[in-house]
Amino acid sequence: MVYSMTPNPYFFIVVFCGVALVFPILPLALAWLWRRFFQPSKPGAEKNATYECGVESLGEAQVQFRSQYYLYCIIFLIFDVEAVFLVPFAVAFTGLPVGAFIAILVFLLLLIEGLIWAWSKGCLDWAR
Amino acid sequence: MSEQVDEGVRRELQRQGIWVTSTQELYNWGRRNSIWPLQFGLACCAIEMIATAASRYDIARFGGEVFRPSPRQADLMIVAGTVTKKMAPQIVRLYNQMPDPKYVISMGACAISGGPFKQGYNVLKGIDRYIPVDVYIPGCPPRPEALLHAFMELQRKIDSQRLTGDSKAEHLDPDQPSEFPVPAFGQHDLQPAANPDVFHPPKMER
Repeated sequence: MVYSMTPNPYFFIVVFCGVALVFPILPLALAWLWRRFFQPSKPGAEKNATYECGVESLGEAQVQFRSQYYLYCIIFLIFDVEAVFLVPFAVAFTGLPVGAFIAILVFLLLLIEGLIWAWSKGCLDWAR
Repeated sequence: MSEQVDEGVRRELQRQGIWVTSTQELYNWGRRNSIWPLQFGLACCAIEMIATAASRYDIARFGGEVFRPSPRQADLMIVAGTVTKKMAPQIVRLYNQMPDPKYVISMGACAISGGPFKQGYNVLKGIDRYIPVDVYIPGCPPRPEALLHAFMELQRKIDSQRLTGDSKAEHLDPDQPSEFPVPAFGQHDLQPAANPDVFHPPKMER
């Protein structure tokens, strides 16, 4: 066995892990010791209360939203995109051929049909 | 500063590269150079406070740039502006939710006494009616330099606070309260109008 002064290359990783543990734990331990010997604990109803920008908190924190809300969002998204198509159409309206007009009309009718379908299914009702 | 070590000996040792200190001194040095204010403003004084935090006046030079959005992490409450009676309970509640040790700077004429709105029906005549104030800065609004001065005064106060003995800092006394009663909205005024344990106005001698 050849004796070498070079340590095992993994030794540095062990040192690194040790430093990574001691570095955050030491201040926390010091703070804990400090609190233990110097700082008297003063809990209170106000101090331990939920922080809500200074006002008293109302109701429960675990509020649930209905998952059906996603339908509402999707319908909104479709009509949002529709508006993007309609604006350039409206701007260039006078210079457009009849074919373009019919094309956009078909596009509109398709979307309106979808809207009527969603409406009749009750997707637009809030919290069924 | 240090009563334990002779100042001359200290300086002599310092010249030789040996730094002598005490736990109290080290603790207070760390504390006074990392005062984290609570991030909230009430009126025009808040604009001066923002200017103090920004690059021209740069409160970071004094270790106070870390404005905390939660009272749980804050050491200092800068009451910057007019405290209306509607707002006063919230201020007291925020103060109560701050952990010890906590300090209050009453910034500007309004926070001290109601200022130009003192005769108003809806303005609190000084935040020191409900919470203890450490430093008052007059001015309407005080310039950023004045706020920095108040900050330095507070640092001086923290530096002089003792950890042990009879004259130790108030927050280290287990009997000293850490929170104060929140006033409620009465029919005409806040109830009570002032906390007698906190509010000690100077008596007029005639």
